[in-house]
Amino acid sequence: MDIFEKLMRLDRRWVFLFLIVVCVLTYAFDFEIPVLVEPEVEAIFDFVDTLPAGSVVMIPIDYDPGSLAELHPMTYAIVEQCWRKEIKLIFSALSQNSPGMADQAIRDISDSLKVEKEYNGVVYPPREIVNGVDYCFLGYKPYPAIIILSMGQNFRLPFPLDYYGTPLDSLPMMRNIQNYDDVACVIDISGTNSTDYWISYGQGRYGFPLAIGVTGVSTAQYYPFYGSGQIFGIMGGMLGAAQYEQLADNPGLAKDGMRVQWSAHMVIILFIILGNVGYFVSRYRARREERR
Amino acid sequence: MDFSTFLWTTFAAFLTLATYSFLYKDNPFYKIAEHIVTGVAAGYFAILLWHNGLVPKLWFQRLDDGDWWTLWLNSSKPWYLIPALLGVLMWTRFSKNYQWISRWPMALYIGISAGIAVPLEMSNRVNKQLYDTMADLDWANFLGQGRFFFLDTASGLSQLLIVIGVVAALIYFFFSKAHTGVFGATAKLGIWTLMIGFGASFGFTVMARISLFINRMQFLGGWGAEAFNASGTTPNENYTAWFQLFFWLMVLLVVGYATREIIIHVRGKAKSS
Repeated sequence: MDIFEKLMRLDRRWVFLFLIVVCVLTYAFDFEIPVLVEPEVEAIFDFVDTLPAGSVVMIPIDYDPGSLAELHPMTYAIVEQCWRKEIKLIFSALSQNSPGMADQAIRDISDSLKVEKEYNGVVYPPREIVNGVDYCFLGYKPYPAIIILSMGQNFRLPFPLDYYGTPLDSLPMMRNIQNYDDVACVIDISGTNSTDYWISYGQGRYGFPLAIGVTGVSTAQYYPFYGSGQIFGIMGGMLGAAQYEQLADNPGLAKDGMRVQWSAHMVIILFIILGNVGYFVSRYRARREERR
Repeated sequence: MDFSTFLWTTFAAFLTLATYSFLYKDNPFYKIAEHIVTGVAAGYFAILLWHNGLVPKLWFQRLDDGDWWTLWLNSSKPWYLIPALLGVLMWTRFSKNYQWISRWPMALYIGISAGIAVPLEMSNRVNKQLYDTMADLDWANFLGQGRFFFLDTASGLSQLLIVIGVVAALIYFFFSKAHTGVFGATAKLGIWTLMIGFGASFGFTVMARISLFINRMQFLGGWGAEAFNASGTTPNENYTAWFQLFFWLMVLLVVGYATREIIIHVRGKAKSS
């Protein structure tokens, strides 16, 4: 059996093992991979960056812990950018396993605002983030399509109370906010098909500016909506999150993972090439044998 | 990190490794992790629906003065009982004799969903995509702008490629005419277009799967830093006794299972030879 036949019969577990070893080694050695920012990510950053203080942005956190790896870095980067710029936020969690995780993330980011930090040459003083003043967390309700439609009439229809049980009218920031007309944009960060609902039932029905952050698996399917202008920006997977972190000058878990992404992709490309070489050589030999 | 949180984090680290053990082969540790995830997700969702749907909508309502009142006993919204009744009718699916009743709430639900979905989906997922596909070619910006000018989605070249790709892919799915000659060549272009699309999706999917692994490495790294002090070998003194008990119990389990696997493998080899 020559090397090409061995390649074709290689146990896939050797590939897994090799990939794991490469990933762990790359993770152990700290070096930086340059991240090129794409226009669809820059559009979201620029939109948020040019909003005046006091504006309201809605951020639906529509993902389960299973998509946390790709989408949490987006949430952390955008929410911190908004709060540093004193933009108020409305959160919702229309995926069934997301409310607890979203609540934890909101608390974590609130804590990170308590220290002074410098981003892109601007020093931001420490801030105390107050529930009801700087943000409102609506929580979860089933059937996202219906919820998205009814929020277009009034946030109080599906969510008379926020996640913590406080009536929305009791929250200072919600007193003058009725529906999507009162928010500057919606940035849906989603690991489920709720993005489809936000496009069709939200942006399509009410016409507000919509941007999305989605998992790598579903990124390609949403590019047509970017081309048609139905969404003004798109962040795809960990790469999209790393690009946003770069723009926000706030490196986090996504940028930290890019060197591992790079090495893992190199290994996979190498295996694809080897597999194809093995396949074509074996096919060529089989045909040559047939001719004899 | 307090001890309770640390203990749960250690258990999460064990579950992470248990899940990845499936890459070698199916085993009891993977099964344990799989069942825990399924059970926890189902339980969490059930409680979430109870507290976010049934309780505030059907049983209790908070008044403006902050008091709670029971909808059942003092209801000014008796129509809430209609969807409640329809929901109860869904449960007739468990009876062979009365399961036909469950079609009523299903019919209502599907009817409402279709009524809402059809016009909005048609408008936003079909019509707007058609308008964009048939947009006038931008000759002034044919090659596009920016660093990757050829990837500029607003360029005339991109618009032209989209039109050609859409028409060719549609022709590939037209089976009423034999795929020969010019028609066949266009269909072949269509399959290439589809393959490029699938390739992009595959690339993103690889990135997604690696991202999950990276996140787990970051998690295990954080756990390791918490569990061990700077020397990297001694358990953190705050948790020494409990940590060691839990950690070594897990190690014992894994080593025991691995030994069992090796014995089975060696015996199998001996039998076959």
